[in-house]
Order: sequence, then structure tokens, then C-alpha cells
Amino acid sequence: MSLILDVQNLKTYFHTDYGLVKAADGVSFQVNQGEIIGLVGESGCGKSVTILSVMQLIPIPPGRIVAGTVLFQGQDILKYEPNGAQMRAIRGAKMTMIFQEPMTSLNPVLTIARQITEILELHLDMDKLAARERAIELLKMVGVPDAERRIDDYPHQFSGGMRQRVMIAMAIACNPEIIFADEPTTAVDVTTQAQLLELMLDLVRRINTSLVIVTHNLGVVARYAQRIYVMYAGRIVESGPSEEIFGHPQHPYTIGLLHSVPKLGEKHGTKKLVPILGLPPNLINMPATCAFMPRCEHRIARCQQEPWPELRQVGDQHYISCYVDIRGK
Amino acid sequence: MADKPESAAPAIDAAGITAAPPHHSEWRRIARVYFSRKLYLIGFILVVLIFVVAIFAPLLTPYNPIKTDLTSIVREPSAAHWLGTDQLGRDILCRIIYGTRTSLLIGFSAVFSSAAIGMLMGLTAAHFGGWVFALIMRITDALMALPGIILVLLIAGLVGGGIGVVIFALGFGGIAGMCRMMCGLALSVKQNDYVMAGRSIGMSNWRIMLTQIFPNAFPPLMVGITMGIGGVVLGEAGLSFLGIGVEAPTPSWGGMVFDGQPYLLDNPLLSLAPGVAIMILVFGFNMVGDGIRDAVDPRLRGVL
Repeated sequence: MSLILDVQNLKTYFHTDYGLVKAADGVSFQVNQGEIIGLVGESGCGKSVTILSVMQLIPIPPGRIVAGTVLFQGQDILKYEPNGAQMRAIRGAKMTMIFQEPMTSLNPVLTIARQITEILELHLDMDKLAARERAIELLKMVGVPDAERRIDDYPHQFSGGMRQRVMIAMAIACNPEIIFADEPTTAVDVTTQAQLLELMLDLVRRINTSLVIVTHNLGVVARYAQRIYVMYAGRIVESGPSEEIFGHPQHPYTIGLLHSVPKLGEKHGTKKLVPILGLPPNLINMPATCAFMPRCEHRIARCQQEPWPELRQVGDQHYISCYVDIRGK
Repeated sequence: MADKPESAAPAIDAAGITAAPPHHSEWRRIARVYFSRKLYLIGFILVVLIFVVAIFAPLLTPYNPIKTDLTSIVREPSAAHWLGTDQLGRDILCRIIYGTRTSLLIGFSAVFSSAAIGMLMGLTAAHFGGWVFALIMRITDALMALPGIILVLLIAGLVGGGIGVVIFALGFGGIAGMCRMMCGLALSVKQNDYVMAGRSIGMSNWRIMLTQIFPNAFPPLMVGITMGIGGVVLGEAGLSFLGIGVEAPTPSWGGMVFDGQPYLLDNPLLSLAPGVAIMILVFGFNMVGDGIRDAVDPRLRGVL
């Protein structure tokens, strides 16, 4: 497996009226070809900012990518102009994105046909007829019934789930190297969620592309992701293969997350869900110490004296950012 | 918008369960929504009539709108002159008919040119933000600070009156408003996910502005544009009164209203008739504007 995307020490800060927000503060992650990655964390922990930074879609100002490298197929794409020709040639063709809100991610005044063929004409230089043929084929691939006729409909004539299928069709249109799915199933109901996830997984395998699923829903990634990165307050706090993260979580935050998810098969009422106490920190002007420390059950004196620890290896490909060795406890 | 149950496979083809809803041509749908409202239909008919009158003016009246006849000035309506004659003995109906041409010419050229320039400025300002926004908005502020009438007087004083100057002056005065409206609408449209989605598929700034932002911001502006036509016709009337509007013999409704002023008590038709003509034109265009907006705006689909 070859490395497709190598993000190192990515820092994206936002300058707000209240102070500096370090939305992504030294995030590093790697994606191999054909791999499915889960980027997990609660709302506001910097997951979306991280992938928007990789695609250079951060609104500047107020945002700014202050440090880091994003090696995509060996090229540092952070060096490209955010809206320059080089970056535009990558976006939509080699690197695509599926957004959270299918209801608002499609342009309401253009037909589905226009919106899909747009990408094909933009990147693959297809003529109108060929692009239309391909668009219909794509819609069929994502399971839109009666694609030949539906293609001339407007987004408002599609349901949420169907629109998300269109978004998926647009994301795979140019056989990208990597797809970022930003909470792709959050806005649709649970049965549709499962269908969409299966569909995405199937397509990703078929065109052998990598997929990064950004989600706050552990259930979503448990089934599909091969490796998982857990984010908290703008940093990766734990990363590792899926089985490791779910089987032997090492970081107190990950452990807390897993305890707060109900499990199937457990007899009702026998075990109470354990929430993580407290609230996620305000990202404005954060202290240098571990951001999870105030909520952490396992904190030790060292946590309060020393800065946020670097990632350290605790198993095969398994890293955590914590001073405490919970397994030893 | 009821969500249809999500059936992944188009497999259930029996009994038309997956048959798509009956397919309508988009234009036919727009026409249907538009013409289903009586008021819009009336507006449409009025506008069509105004155009017909403007195009076929010579066929509709036996008189010449410019030729004076001092033997029959300020006459009451009669069989020969349905709306009477003015202070120079010209047939009023005839002048109203020919005045349609002047009004449409001025209305359309002034509004379309100011809309094109203003919208481009507003779109650019909203899309790029930052110093581009600041610069364009300050230019707009400066334009707004110039009182329209004084600006026109200045221009007219420098180059003289005439249709060209009226169009330029009224069009120039409309740029700031158009720019502001477009900018405001574009700023809110810009927040939509589909603009970010457009960026994420590698669209250039121009493409985003023209395909993602403009078509979504445009429908409400359509009302502004059509109302602007009425406004410009009114503005032209005001300028004609000040003597810097359309030059004297050319029939213009505004000029006629003010020409008739001295005879308001004796023969109110002199002012009233062209006034009503202005009113009909403004009403017609406003209705058409509202109707088009309702019909083409996809966000209102199914609501009306």
C-alpha cells in the first residue's frame, strides 16, 4: 500500500474577536491508497477544519493555515495558491468531498445534470453528450432509480438521502484518489445512513480510492474504517487500527467515548452509560496543558505541570497523547 | 417536500412504484405558475400591449405626434381627437402612443445598463470580500452621496439634454442601488454549502460567481429591475419638467404631464392621460416582475 496523503503538523488558526482559536493544532495523519480512515471527535474539535485545510477551503480571513505540510502524492499542496489553477485541478478530480448537509449542498437552481456534468467538463474535458451519458451512469451507480429521467430534475425534487447519493456520484465522478466525507450521514435518518455507508464503501472498493470519514458517531466508523484517529480540541489524541481502538483504547478520552455509547446485546438496565463529565473546552486562548485534563478521571500531577504530551507508541501502529499508562493501572 | 421512502434498488418496477413523477418541461411549469395568477396575467397582457403599441405606433393613429396645429389648441375630447389636443394642437392620444417608444427606450436602456454594471460590482464585492469589498462599497457610497438630480443637471449643463443624457443620468443613478442589493443578496447566498461545494469540485472564482451565486441571488433582483423601469420612466418625467429631459418635440409622457399642468383646471386630461399611461406601464412591469420571481424561484416551487 502506498501513501496517498501525508499530513504533518497541520495548524489552522482562526482570528476571532474574542481571541485566537487553534482549531487544528498540530494535526498529523496519513492515508494509504484504498484505505478507509475514520476521523472521530465531538462537535467543534477541529475535524472539519482539518480536512477543509487539507483541501485549502478554509475561509481566509478569519482562518489561516499557519504551519504544516500536506503531501498529496508526494507534492506539498499547501504551497499551492488556495484558488490557483494547480489546487483547482486537484479539487474535484483527485480529491473530493462529500458534505454533511445534502439539503443545502446542491445548487437549488441548477438541474442535477448540470451539476454533475459540470465536474466532468471541468476536469475530464468531456463534451456535453459524453458528460451526460457518464452522469447518468454515475447516478445509476449510486442507486438513483430512473436515472435517465431524474437527471433533469432539480435538487428540490430529490429527498435528502437521494441528494446525498447525488453528492456521492459527484464525489466519485472523476475517479478521485481520496474522498473526504464530512459527517456524510448525520443529516439523514438511520436506515438511510446504513444504505449510504454501504454504498460508499462499495464504490470506494470498486474504484480503489481512499476514504476519510469524519464523524462524531463511533458506530459509523467501527464497521467501516480500517484505522481511526480520535481528535480532541484540535489535536489527535489517539490513533490506531480500528480493532485496537475499539478493543484496547488507551487514551482516557477514547475510553470515555466508548463508555458513553450503548451496546447491543447488553441486557437493558444492567449497565448504566457512563458519560464524560464536563464540557469540551472553549478553544479560545487555551492553556498549554492537556485540554482533556479538566475532565479526565486518570489525571496525575504531571498533567497539570507539563504541556500537552506528544504522541507516543503504545502498540502496533497505536499511538496516544497521554502521560498516564492506563493499562498498567 | 415529503421525503419519499428511500428504496435503494430500482428493482420494484411493478405497478409503477418506482416510476418517476410525471415529467414536466421546466418552461411549461414556469408558464403555468405564472399564468395561474390573474394579476400576473393582467400585468403580462399590459406589458405586451405596451410593446405592441410601441412597435405599431404609426398604424394606430392617423396623426403626427410632432406636427403642431395652432388652429385647434387645448381641445376637449372629440370624435377626431379621442383625448383632445394639447397646447400646440397635437393629438394627445397620438403623443401618448408615440411616447410609449420613448418610455420603453429610456426605461430599458437605463435599467439594463445600470443593472448589468451594478450587479457585476455587487457580485464581485460580495464574492471576494476584503479590500475588494471595501473599495467597491466606498465607490457605491460615493455614488449614493451624489444627489441624482444635481448630477443630471451637471451632466446636462456640460453636454446638453437629450435622450442619451437622460439614459446615462438615470442609469448612472441606479448603479449604486443595484450594487447594494446584489451585494447583500450575494453575501447571504455565499454562506450556502453549495458555494463551498462548488469550490470543492475545483470551480474558479468566476464560475462560482456566475453559476453558484448569481442565479440564486438574481430572482429577488428581478423585481428591482422591473420596478426600476417604472422608476426610470418617472425619473424621466421629472427631468423633462426641469427642461433637461427628452428634447421638446419628441413625445414623452413625463413631459406631457408637466406640459399640461397650466391647464389642469380647464382640461385635466392633458396631464391625466399621460399620467395614467405611466401608471399602467409601472403597474404592468411590477406585476410581471413579481410573477417571474414567483415562477422561476425554485425555492418557492410547490408553495405557490
